[in-house]
Amino acid sequence: MRKSKLFVFVALFMLTATILSACAPAAAEPGKVEVFSWWTGGGEAAGLEAMIKVFQAANPNIEFVNAAVAGGAGTNARAVLASRLQAGDPPDSWQGHAGQELIGTYVAGKQIQPLNDLYKAEGWLSVMPETLIPLISDSGNIYSVPVNIHRANVMWYNPALLEANGVAVPTTMDEWLAAMETLKAAGVQPLALGEQWTKMHLLETVLLGTLGTDAYNGLWDGTTDWGGPEVTAALENYVKVVSYANTDSASLTWQDAAQLVVNGSAAFNVMGDWAEGYFRELGKAPKTDYGWAPVPGSVGVFQFLSDSFVLAVGAPNPDGATAWLKVAGSKAGQEAFNPVKGSICARTDCDPALFGDYLKSAMADWGSNVVVGSLTHGVVANDSWKSEIDTALGAFVASNDVATFQAGLVAACASSGPCK
Amino acid sequence: MLTKSRDKDKYLSIILITPSVLAVLIFVYGFIAWSVRVSVSKWKGLNPDYTFVGLQNYIDLFADPRFQLDIRNTLLFTAVFVIGTIVLGFFAAVLLDQGLKGENFFRSLYLFPMAISYIVTGVVWRWLMNPATGDRTSGLNLLFQFLHLDFLKNAWHTTPDWGIAAIAIPAIWQMSGYTMALYLAGLRAIPGELTEAAQIDGASSFQIYRYIILPLLSPVTLSALIILGHMSLKVFDLIISVAGKQYMLDVPAIYMWQTTFDGLFYGRGAAISILLLLSVAVLIIPYIRYTLKTETDQ
Repeated sequence: MRKSKLFVFVALFMLTATILSACAPAAAEPGKVEVFSWWTGGGEAAGLEAMIKVFQAANPNIEFVNAAVAGGAGTNARAVLASRLQAGDPPDSWQGHAGQELIGTYVAGKQIQPLNDLYKAEGWLSVMPETLIPLISDSGNIYSVPVNIHRANVMWYNPALLEANGVAVPTTMDEWLAAMETLKAAGVQPLALGEQWTKMHLLETVLLGTLGTDAYNGLWDGTTDWGGPEVTAALENYVKVVSYANTDSASLTWQDAAQLVVNGSAAFNVMGDWAEGYFRELGKAPKTDYGWAPVPGSVGVFQFLSDSFVLAVGAPNPDGATAWLKVAGSKAGQEAFNPVKGSICARTDCDPALFGDYLKSAMADWGSNVVVGSLTHGVVANDSWKSEIDTALGAFVASNDVATFQAGLVAACASSGPCK
Repeated sequence: MLTKSRDKDKYLSIILITPSVLAVLIFVYGFIAWSVRVSVSKWKGLNPDYTFVGLQNYIDLFADPRFQLDIRNTLLFTAVFVIGTIVLGFFAAVLLDQGLKGENFFRSLYLFPMAISYIVTGVVWRWLMNPATGDRTSGLNLLFQFLHLDFLKNAWHTTPDWGIAAIAIPAIWQMSGYTMALYLAGLRAIPGELTEAAQIDGASSFQIYRYIILPLLSPVTLSALIILGHMSLKVFDLIISVAGKQYMLDVPAIYMWQTTFDGLFYGRGAAISILLLLSVAVLIIPYIRYTLKTETDQ
């Protein structure tokens, strides 16, 4: 009898304790700054660690809490972040792709603060490319601090294959198509392509290469008509380019596809410049095992993507968050992060001696080219719009029907973009 | 004295069952109710927006070519998976029932795949069903090439229109051992007198299976149908691990995940999940009622 009472009591106590501990809010202690990211492995995590060291040297009194969430290339982290924000429990700062991926989600949700004053105080406007600023702003307000820059419009090629077949590195769409025709006739696989998101990556570079900078930018602010003849022409180019790709693309990751070029199984591959870090891991040498050029038609244009940090509305420790952002935007912070991550600084004044051959050339272009944003990597379109484009693209990959694809793109812009 | 202790038992049992009842009420039925509410709202973006839009999300879904493809893919996958698993499982059970040596060993061998998660199965079969051609041929296609069975080489899950049927192959591999176990138990439960009597009457083995064993196994077949059917409606992880996120192999669960968490279309995502719940409920509820009824009858 006594025993059963005791058991009930213990059971109820444990239940209550479980419920209470689950509900207890994480107390916001002063002197702590919590930074949320999906950098949990490889060069990204190592780069973050290097930047945290710079932060701790500059701010010995602030404890850095690294709230990184692994998995799904950020999908898991973003779902966790969304539930924390919906519960009113934001971290002080978090990582996100610079541009509309942040703006369309978190500015629209009133979750992040403008950073114009910080940019002025730190003098960042004069060390970052002028054409970059509008792409990370909304209504004149800058919302994030870019730490690194990757380039999306890079065409990787196998120098030996091109030379053996007498093909010069193409600089225009027509030259590229002609080059791939020559290679195909010679029995060489002209283009290596991977799973669906790499097809979107290729699409954005072909759109840029065919439309040119102004019309490409116009797609994202509503001034270029998605239903117009120039977009039709770009999509027809895309069909032609894809027709030179391997037939098993759907089963290849981006690494599988990029590897075909350095192994001599394919001549061209379009992929962001993180591929260069992968080529180095494989023990390949720049210029002999792989060459690079802007995607044909986009010479002089730098299509960028960037990881950046924001300041949360209702950050538990706004001063600590600002101190973190200062490090993220500083020369010391970016020089610590980028050589390890294999990307270039968002600032144009980093020391080129810290970087390898490819990154040196990217730095030179970053300082001199016109900067436009990437679709696949979150700069130019918000998440909803991008996912609608992805659906239209997926249907197109199966059908190759340009008219339906274009209608889908028009509908996507109307439902989730600036088009009316 | 006896009634008093009965009362105590009653109270105690109520107290003990309360936490799990509460948990189920909140975390299952409460969340279903919440999902229904989201599915009739126009919530899109990070912040909740519960503005009522009626059945608009559902109407849009049925007009959405991607969701139409999802329904087609699910039906095709279910058909191939359920039929394949039941047929294979039944034949494996019949073979094992012949009283061969090492039955225990084979029974475990066929059951083992079930212990593996779909993710692991998917990773293995991703390699086995590699559609690469030429020098890069590998997996089953390479095996076929060695055996000079080139006509068997195919593009597996990248086959236009029918790729989803290839995804059912690993699922069949994984679950046919389980249906085998179900059928084996069913076969063992059939009284030997029945088949003996039929043999004395001069029935052939085919006739015995067709007119005696199969009808007696129909409750097992029903259970297998329900269990496999609701699994295939929810298929998600297997497709993701074999082929990643690809439009051609899209099913409602993948669409729900992508549109909600990548695209922030919460209203649409909730509508898909409610439709998924309903489709599973159509299978499960009559089955539960049937089992409860037979149990109370007994």
